[in-house]
Amino acid sequence: MDSLLSILIWLPILGAGSVLLIGNNRSEIARWVSVGISVLVFALSINLYLDFDTSTASMQFVEKVSWISQFNIFYHLGLDGISMPLIILTTFSTIIVIIAGWEVIKNRVADYMAAFLMMEGIIIGVFSAMDSMLYYVFWEASLIPMLLIIGIWGGQNRVYASIKFFLYTFLGSVFMLVSLIYMYNLSGSFAISEMYALPLSMVQQSWIFWAFFLAFAVKVPMFPVHTWLPDAHVQAPTGGSVILAAIMLKMGGYGFFRFSLPITPDASSSFATVVIVLSLIAIVYIGFVALVQKDMKKLIAYSSISHMGFVTLGVFAIFSIMKMDPNGELVSIAGASIESAYLGLEGAMIQMISHGFISAAMFLVVGVLYDRLHSRDITTYGGVINSMPKFTGFAVLFAMANAGLPGTSGFVGEFMVILGALQANFWYAFLAAMTLIIGAAYTLWMVKRVFWGTITNPEVSKLSDVNAREFGILSILAIAILWMGLYPQPVIEVMHASIVNLLEQSLTTKLPVLL
Amino acid sequence: MNFNFNASELLFALPELFLLSAIAIILLFDLFISDRLKHITYYLSQLALLLTGFSVFNLIGESAIIFSGTFVLDTLGSTFKVFILGFAIIALAYTRHYLKVHDLLRNEYFILAMMSILGMLIMVSGHSLLTLYLGLEIMSLSLYALIATARDRTAAIEAALKYFVLGAIASGLLLYGMSMIYGISGSLNIAQISNFASAATLGSQQTLILNFGLVFLVIGVAFKLGAVPFHMWVPDVYQGSPTSVTMFLSSVPKIAAVAILIRLLIDGLGSLQHYWSDLFMILAILSIAIGSLVALNQTNIKRMLAYSTISHIGFVLLGFVTGVVDGYGAAVFYVLTYILMSLAAFGVIIALNKNGFEADQIADFQGLSKSSPWLALIMLVVMLSMAGVPPFIGFYSKLFILQQVVAEGYVILAVLAVIFAVISAYYYLQIIKTMYFSDKDKSIVIYAPLDMKILLSINGILILLVGLMPSFWMELSVSLF
Repeated sequence: MDSLLSILIWLPILGAGSVLLIGNNRSEIARWVSVGISVLVFALSINLYLDFDTSTASMQFVEKVSWISQFNIFYHLGLDGISMPLIILTTFSTIIVIIAGWEVIKNRVADYMAAFLMMEGIIIGVFSAMDSMLYYVFWEASLIPMLLIIGIWGGQNRVYASIKFFLYTFLGSVFMLVSLIYMYNLSGSFAISEMYALPLSMVQQSWIFWAFFLAFAVKVPMFPVHTWLPDAHVQAPTGGSVILAAIMLKMGGYGFFRFSLPITPDASSSFATVVIVLSLIAIVYIGFVALVQKDMKKLIAYSSISHMGFVTLGVFAIFSIMKMDPNGELVSIAGASIESAYLGLEGAMIQMISHGFISAAMFLVVGVLYDRLHSRDITTYGGVINSMPKFTGFAVLFAMANAGLPGTSGFVGEFMVILGALQANFWYAFLAAMTLIIGAAYTLWMVKRVFWGTITNPEVSKLSDVNAREFGILSILAIAILWMGLYPQPVIEVMHASIVNLLEQSLTTKLPVLL
Repeated sequence: MNFNFNASELLFALPELFLLSAIAIILLFDLFISDRLKHITYYLSQLALLLTGFSVFNLIGESAIIFSGTFVLDTLGSTFKVFILGFAIIALAYTRHYLKVHDLLRNEYFILAMMSILGMLIMVSGHSLLTLYLGLEIMSLSLYALIATARDRTAAIEAALKYFVLGAIASGLLLYGMSMIYGISGSLNIAQISNFASAATLGSQQTLILNFGLVFLVIGVAFKLGAVPFHMWVPDVYQGSPTSVTMFLSSVPKIAAVAILIRLLIDGLGSLQHYWSDLFMILAILSIAIGSLVALNQTNIKRMLAYSTISHIGFVLLGFVTGVVDGYGAAVFYVLTYILMSLAAFGVIIALNKNGFEADQIADFQGLSKSSPWLALIMLVVMLSMAGVPPFIGFYSKLFILQQVVAEGYVILAVLAVIFAVISAYYYLQIIKTMYFSDKDKSIVIYAPLDMKILLSINGILILLVGLMPSFWMELSVSLF
């Protein structure tokens, strides 16, 4: 299919429109239509994987139509090994979210489903846009459904959280807009590939780098611009948290891959240490913050920030591993092999995908508990295993994955990044590896307090175990997590050519070489 | 000055002449029909505007300078007129519902509105300081009277007075500037002034007086546009006026004000561009900043929209700062899209009005998403568009302006503008919050007639559709210069 990407973008958006028309009064129909659309989109997105040519780093499934001719803006779509896995993650997560909201959401069901479908289309647009203005339009548009999802279906303090979320991320991205316009004025095109080719001085690169950094760091989120995330997560409905953690955060990581590294390679290289330090603070300090949380959702939110620290660490560690010599040959710094640079970038990608599965699973676990007792407070629970044995099985598996147990997807990404970082600097790896202890501590301590022990709250003994619907989605996630943990090879293969290409681009200086 | 009159020239002013005659006829007609048939006046007024619109449309592409160089016909003018008339028709359609529910439905209203539109058409075509000033006064005087149509409301009377007094000062300043320009150049004609100002032999004394005149012109126009620091009347007048008048005030006169800017400063004093563009830079940044900051803690939605207008005007002026054709085009595009948004915003506010109840508090929007999801959705689109969130037109108009600003090397200006745009997003979100996130449901029942709902829907959909395909309108705006 020539227009597969367009179909993947517009089918859910138009589907959302039809779900809105069905209306909140016919919520049963709205549910079935939504799940039908999301499954269809997922099935179609599998074609991306099947027809993907792993041997090339060039863009595939390309579509290009003139859009705003004054500014040379094109409706230009395409994907490579970096965006393709993220698109499939998006279509996958949307099904999970829609099924997860099945009975839980009672008011304005059609609006809820429509918001998530719209979100799906928009985010696929973000991951497949080849024109930076098209990208920016999708990027900003994704705020709208999320704002409504948090604000309408969220918890007590939802208004504050939704507006904080919107303004934080909006502020982050407008600087990206200015730098995109700035580069357009240099190159006469908003095409991302043109921006790769644009020669930029160090001063220009630095400004552009920080403008982009702000946009992406807020989304990831990195320390110290992470404060919107716990609020947004705690207030968002379960589905909102899942999409936020599983996909929206990845938009930030994707931005580093797609924009920061190839467009401002020299600035990225010279500021890499700053980014790495911030990532390590996120990994260690935020890990400790997670340790003291009493609210389960907050705990997972902080653990999200900590885990996403690995993504930025892996990405920016490459500059201490490899460099490009004046002849255009990749040479290693301090005897590291080129494989460790790949490990950093690929580990970051795997970490993003795996975090998509694990955080989705963890938020669903909290969601299941919240549906039953309407509390996210750890102290409310205790001994849940006695009344919900099947559920506890899943929860423990996901917790293990979150702590990075080998055999789960959480291990693979972290391990790859740590291995890569070890080649860069021992202390990077040492501090990053601390997460294996801290992460295990907060996750397992939460598991202990919630699931094990004796029942202190009589309500807990009356809990009913997961129903078929919940069992279904939790099993799908469990399979995904184990599969990624045991056999990540297909995913790595898909992205490898693109990663090789990206590494080369990131290490090639845009500055005139002084000999 | 020689005045030659050639009857064939009348043809080029046909729309204005037609509108003037229509106003006179409708006024007389209205006096003699029975009360039962008074509603016909409204339809006649709309018909008159529509026909005027058609006659302007026919003149697009023609260009001529007539009436001894006092009246210009060009594509820019004709296009502006088409937009003025088109937006005015929408505005009057929204107005009718408001006038009905507030028992203000007197036919002078439509006649005054048409009169002010006539003034705008003359402004757009002014090619002499005198014509421009005459057009401006015809427009302004009709607007003062329009505000005062709600004569038993203290707030409206106060607004009318305030607008009148400050408007008179603005006119005075403008006139003062014009007299200086006339004094030094010896001509009222825009083309001759332009020749004079761009002459290489200009002495320093002459330049000084020219610059003085320029400053007063800019102040006068800034007053009319409501740019900071000449904005003080805007919030009070917007709040005090009947909402239908507020809507009218915030829409079509902006096109006329931009037209007068173009005629006076670009056509007339284009050679002094580096002077006035510095002035505009200050006006623009102040307007964007003050407009965004002060709107934050408003509880009255009309007042909030007044400050939002001020900040939008700041963006329009940024387009003029650039001093290039594309920048002017961006400014025109911005004005047109702003009016489209403003009409929809006030349209929704008017739709909430019912007998004797003026929905002008932000709190009146509580729970609108439940009682009237479609209207709430339109308002959501309008607010996000005003905040500059894609894919709505508000984003593209900001993008267009910022692109020009950055292209001319004012990157800092662009950064400041986007920072304030984010701040202003907060108060647009307040409206969305009130409509969607509030538990309290006031269960507002909407009594707006079907035609108004349909028009509002079209208006809202346009904000999205033009956003998805902005190319044509951008091209149009730039091609005017």
